[in-house]
Amino acid sequence: MEGKNKMGRFKKTGEKGVPDLNMGSMSDIIFMFLFFFMVITTMRESSLFVVIQIPKATEIQKLEKKALVSSINIGKPNQNYIKKYGPEPRIQLNDQFAEPKDIVEFVEVEKRRRNEVERTMITWSLKVDEKVKMGIVTDVKQELRKASAFKVNYASRKDIKR
Amino acid sequence: MAKKTPGLNTGSMADISFLLLTFFLLTSSINTDQGIQRRLPPPLAPEQDVPEMNRRNVLQILVNMNDQLLVNGEVLTDVRQLKNRTKEFIANPTNNPSLSEQHSKYIEDLGENIMVSKGVVSLQNDRSTSYSMYLSVQNQLTKAFNELREEYAQQNFGKSFDNLSESQQKGIQKIYPISISEAEPSNYGGKK
Repeated sequence: MEGKNKMGRFKKTGEKGVPDLNMGSMSDIIFMFLFFFMVITTMRESSLFVVIQIPKATEIQKLEKKALVSSINIGKPNQNYIKKYGPEPRIQLNDQFAEPKDIVEFVEVEKRRRNEVERTMITWSLKVDEKVKMGIVTDVKQELRKASAFKVNYASRKDIKR
Repeated sequence: MAKKTPGLNTGSMADISFLLLTFFLLTSSINTDQGIQRRLPPPLAPEQDVPEMNRRNVLQILVNMNDQLLVNGEVLTDVRQLKNRTKEFIANPTNNPSLSEQHSKYIEDLGENIMVSKGVVSLQNDRSTSYSMYLSVQNQLTKAFNELREEYAQQNFGKSFDNLSESQQKGIQKIYPISISEAEPSNYGGKK
C-alpha cells in the first residue's frame, strides 16, 4: 500500500471506500444547541385564548427580570372560544377569561406568589391587541390603580423604521 | 493484558439529543417582554381636590373616537407631529408665554440649580379610541422626553445619555420627568 501510494501520488488506489464518519462529536454539538436554546428561551406559561397582535412602537424598553413580570392579555377570543364568548374583546388572566373586577384579586394572588421584597417591583405587562378599543384597557388600568399595582408596561413590538 | 473494552456506540446519542432539542424548541418561546413603561398614579381620595394648574403649563392632548388628535385646540393630522410639539412645549427655548413656564430647581444628583419646566402633558382619550392610536401617542410622548434628555446630555456632558453615570442619568431624568397626566376617558363613542 505505502509503496504504491508513493509511486503514483495522483493515481486512484482502487477499492478504498468512503471512511466511516465519526459521529461521536455530533451529540456534543446538538447538546450545545440544546443548552443554547434552553438559556435564551423561557417556558410558555399558558396558552392564549385570545388573539393578540401587539402594536408597534419605537421607544421600547426591555423588561429586565422575567420573574417579576405578570401579564394581562386583552383581545378577541380565538377560534375555539369565539362561539362561546362572542367577538367582543375579553381579558385573559393566567388560564381563564376574566372581567375587569377580577383584576384586584389577580393582583393579590400574583403578589402572594413573590416574596415580600419583590412585591412592589412587579411589572404588570398589558398585552393588548392593537384593534382593541381603549374602554376595556381603561377599566383594567383603573382596577390596577385600585389594587395599587402602578408599574405598568404596554407591550409593544420594535418598529424598525423611525 | 486486560481485555480491551469495546467502544460504545454513540451514534444514537445524537438522535436522543435531537429529540430533546426539538422538545425544548416546541415548549419554549423566545419573545422577551418589552414595551413602553409607565407609572400609574395612585387613586384619588374622594375629597382630594385636583390641583389647579396654570393654563399655559398644560399641553392638552385629546384623542377622539375616530383616532383624531387635538392638541391645545389645534388639529394634528399626523401623530408624528406630536413629538416636536411636546418638545417645544416642555423645553420652551424662546420663553414663549403660551408655552410652559420654566423655574429654577435644585437637582441634587447634578449639584446645581437648573431651569426646569413646569409643563404637564394632559392626555385624554375616548373609550372608543383604538389601542394602537393610544400607544402611538404614548410612543411619541416618550420619544419627545427621550430626545430632550439626549440633547441635554449631549450639550452638557458631550456624551450620549446611555453612556452617562447613574447619578447623571437620574439628574437628567429629574430635569425632564415624564409628566403625563391621564384624565378619565370620555365616552362620546356610545356604548361601553
